Amino acid sequence: MIAFWIIAAVLIVSALWTVTARKPIYSVVSLLLNFAALATTYLILHAEFLAVMQIIVYSGAILMLFVFVIALLNSGIAAVVLGRDRVPVAPAAAAALAAVAFVATAIAAAHAPAIAPIATHSPLGAVGRGNVFGSIGDFGQALFLSRLLPFEITALILMVAVVGVVLLAGDLTPYVPTRRRAEQTRRALREAILREGK
Amino acid sequence: MLIVLVKSAVLLLVVITTFAYAMLFERKILGWMQLRPGPNRVGPWGLLQPAADAAKLILKEDLTPKTADPLIYRLAPFISLLTAFAVYAIVPFGANGDGSPWAIGDVNAGILFLMAISSIGVYGISLGGWASGSKFPLLGAVRGTAQMISYELSMSLSFVGVLMLAGTTSLTGIVNAQERMWFLIPQALGFIIYVITAVAETNRTPFDLVEAETELVGGFHTEYSGLRFGSFFIAEYVNMLTVSCIATLLFMGGWNAPFGLTMLPGVAWFVLKVGAFMFFYMWLRATLPRFRYDRLMTFGWKVLLPIATLNLVATAAWVALH
Repeated sequence: MIAFWIIAAVLIVSALWTVTARKPIYSVVSLLLNFAALATTYLILHAEFLAVMQIIVYSGAILMLFVFVIALLNSGIAAVVLGRDRVPVAPAAAAALAAVAFVATAIAAAHAPAIAPIATHSPLGAVGRGNVFGSIGDFGQALFLSRLLPFEITALILMVAVVGVVLLAGDLTPYVPTRRRAEQTRRALREAILREGK
Repeated sequence: MLIVLVKSAVLLLVVITTFAYAMLFERKILGWMQLRPGPNRVGPWGLLQPAADAAKLILKEDLTPKTADPLIYRLAPFISLLTAFAVYAIVPFGANGDGSPWAIGDVNAGILFLMAISSIGVYGISLGGWASGSKFPLLGAVRGTAQMISYELSMSLSFVGVLMLAGTTSLTGIVNAQERMWFLIPQALGFIIYVITAVAETNRTPFDLVEAETELVGGFHTEYSGLRFGSFFIAEYVNMLTVSCIATLLFMGGWNAPFGLTMLPGVAWFVLKVGAFMFFYMWLRATLPRFRYDRLMTFGWKVLLPIATLNLVATAAWVALH
């Protein structure tokens, strides 16, 4: 229980630091701390697999991408200056509302009668069987047997998103094989030199 | 609680001593392969060289460039060192008679834990290189990050073949599954992929583009000096030791004695196998020249990854049919 409160404090402080840090790289570091604390929370819940996946996927892959972008785009170490007026009203109000709702739910949950074991006999499948919530075997069973369709649909949606990003941000000039492109460059260069000569 | 603390302290001591002498032996072996004696001045046969090196590193001036980001610059070596040592929380070195492992913690998702920790290890290099605020470290860091992410994929895929054969993700379980036959034999392709990716993951020759001296001065640690440089250095060698341990656990039967030679205890076999793998590493360094960067990436994505996937599919088919 003490461990939970310490980690909860770390989670909140690091989350706040992530959104208020002046330098993007500090946001990354605090987010890294946040992910680590979140993984520890999962470990306390005995969800080993979830904890490990949290680290591998979010800290190891996604956050690394952020570091990459920061390192390449913003290699100067200048701080980003954010004015007061940059906080939009509507999202702030929505966030406040969400916070109130969250606290209310938490209070309601704390006063609820004894917590039933998670999904021991739920129709959702084998996720919580045998008190091993989030263990690898059960996770795999849920993912590939009882929950296969939603899983595949999610994969498809992500795929569509990736293709969309490539379409929106990618280079849309028609593909030219490297050798022919080199040939074209050489010809253009020769013509330019000839023009200069005149 | 107390027992875990004592175990951790002892293990830390063992790992650091191993690091110190791994360094000495690497220099000795490189020396012999190049027909020179290697370090032989400090102590008999140069055996006190690590102590001299440590004293030198501690006494050196700790420099921070003016352009560096002070907080991240100081944090990066810590991340490297922390992740390098954290792995040993779950690495088993042997087993008692009742099958309980000689390890600080026996985690069910052991192999996944290893992957998670090693995926965080990249941050030491990328943050350190970025925070130095100078161009060679930045180039080294960007290269290193790209390389480690690319090779991590193939490495994970080479693990999965072993996991499928063993049917468990616990390191102890994997070793026990190799009692009859090392996974080196059915997973020969996986082992080759693992060895290549392991060298790339630890940024050792021929994959040491992160610190390529001829082009990047010192790569990501160009600006670091003293004990902070030392931290990166220790992390590199401890990571070498870690991948040797993983190779032993996953592919070379762990503490199981080969050919029924049980007169040596399991731990001795474990140490021997890890030592052999470490020697192989140093041999590579003495033999091979460095890759060109674009070839390294092409090799990782267009050769290793398809082969690793093929190996995975073939293993899955074999397991499904049996």
